[in-house]
Amino acid sequence: MEAVVGRSWPAGLTRIPYWIYQDPDVLALEQKRIFEGPVLNYLCLETELPNVGDYRTTFVGAMPVVVVRAEDGEIAGFENRCAHRGALICLDDGGSAKDFQCVYHSWRYDLRGNLRSIAFARGVNGKGGMPADFDMSCHGPRKLRVTSFCGMVFGSLSADAPQFEAWLGSDIVNRVRRVLGNRRLEIIGRFTQALPNNWKLYFENVRDTYHASLLHLFFATFRITRLSSGGGVLVSETGEHHASATLAPSQGKDTTYQGLRSEKESFRLADPSLLGMHDEFHDDIQLQILSIFPGFILQQVHNALAVRQIVPRGVDATDLNWTYLGFADDTPELRAHRLKQNNLVGPAGYVSMEDGAVGGFVQRGIAAATDELSVVEMGGSGTETQETRATEASVRGFWKAYRMHMAL
Amino acid sequence: MSGAETLFRLAALNADYAICIDADRLEDWPGLFLEQCIYKITSAENRRRGYAAGLVYADSRAMLIDRVASLSEANIYERQSYRHIVGMPSLRPGGDIVAETPFLVVRTMRDGRMDLFAAGVYLDRVRDEGGALRFAERIVVCDSSRIDTLLAIPL
Repeated sequence: MEAVVGRSWPAGLTRIPYWIYQDPDVLALEQKRIFEGPVLNYLCLETELPNVGDYRTTFVGAMPVVVVRAEDGEIAGFENRCAHRGALICLDDGGSAKDFQCVYHSWRYDLRGNLRSIAFARGVNGKGGMPADFDMSCHGPRKLRVTSFCGMVFGSLSADAPQFEAWLGSDIVNRVRRVLGNRRLEIIGRFTQALPNNWKLYFENVRDTYHASLLHLFFATFRITRLSSGGGVLVSETGEHHASATLAPSQGKDTTYQGLRSEKESFRLADPSLLGMHDEFHDDIQLQILSIFPGFILQQVHNALAVRQIVPRGVDATDLNWTYLGFADDTPELRAHRLKQNNLVGPAGYVSMEDGAVGGFVQRGIAAATDELSVVEMGGSGTETQETRATEASVRGFWKAYRMHMAL
Repeated sequence: MSGAETLFRLAALNADYAICIDADRLEDWPGLFLEQCIYKITSAENRRRGYAAGLVYADSRAMLIDRVASLSEANIYERQSYRHIVGMPSLRPGGDIVAETPFLVVRTMRDGRMDLFAAGVYLDRVRDEGGALRFAERIVVCDSSRIDTLLAIPL
């Protein structure tokens, strides 16, 4: 690492050097050591692949990937790159196929990404063609190890891919199950938010429990989440994953936010029907944000449910893929409530629009601060689970995991 | 009302709509909708797949008033403005006035950067209320599902 980027990391987890968001060499190393490393990357939802041959194209970091329901009913994944000249094998976002044929020279792959035929392999009229000893089984796109959990599909390029549930740990597993359980998911919307910042700034934002009620006036004013409400943040042992929760607020007077910009008692909704919560999880958690390293988020803001996938597009560009969710057994009332409550999230969300912009404020703010450091010291210097959200423990957890994977 | 008159009145409604947003008179924008209305911003892909959720979804004029209030009182976003270019409505048969109208929106940021921010089509149901045309439904179908940074001001 030192040899590649020629910089060193300050001691401890409370200082983050800004070059980490700016250096193209870092981005290239992240692809190898993180996205293609011993992690499981979110790929798609099982519900997107109901039948044999159904496929989706997605990404593992910068790598284009095809995820497909194979003949045996299992889900397979492979790099979306022809073994011949490297062209994309699948050009669409999804669909259904018997096999995959590269448009460039018609090399053909089965549903698991195995090379099955080569156009004019024997040449034409006895002339040309591939060498007789060319072995198709030695050529093909890289394959992913694919695993499913609660209707979500994850994949790894690494031979050392962890076992999914053990990797998450029981606390995080329980928090995923709490939202998704064994219920049948239905997609109700799909949008992409193009973020003008490094992917890590967004992932930090997701894990930053300190900012939510300060940046987002909507949260504090309507008491959707306040640091003075109950709740806390779970951080997995390695720091890779987190889940933050906000409990139902007390109905009494809360003066914690007096004088802060995000508290505006005068601001009232003319139609408050988008607030409030249908009790579908049977506990007192109002809001739960859960992240799985390196780029997956499961969101429950009252009844607004979504998964978000982070796709790096350059040192200062990131695609955030939103999939809004409901369940097949939603009552019409609950489904209607989700549609309204989705106004909180996504690229136009009363809350999430600000998260889309704030990473860009940092990226532009640090333009000349390559060798300066950011401060991540709320709640101490550790990464332990805490019963408060007035902490940056989960952000430090991310950096602990990041440095472990990057050997930095 | 003749087809030509309907077309003329629709075009005038669209012009008022665009000016409300582009000239930052957003507080007048909800008044172009009926009290019971649907306003939704979605994309061609979401519509094709039958996905019901929008980027913005309102089922009352009051929710539009809240959107405008939140933008001015609550939300943090960089100063920016839109320029709507709205095409000729194509009328569809129906009890209400049903129309499909193409649009382009150019966004200008505070530093002067300009982008073609959105292109798409308005799918409208419009009714005459006391001599004025008002939207019973406006579904904003963007050609792209990809939004640059954020969508604060309505389309």
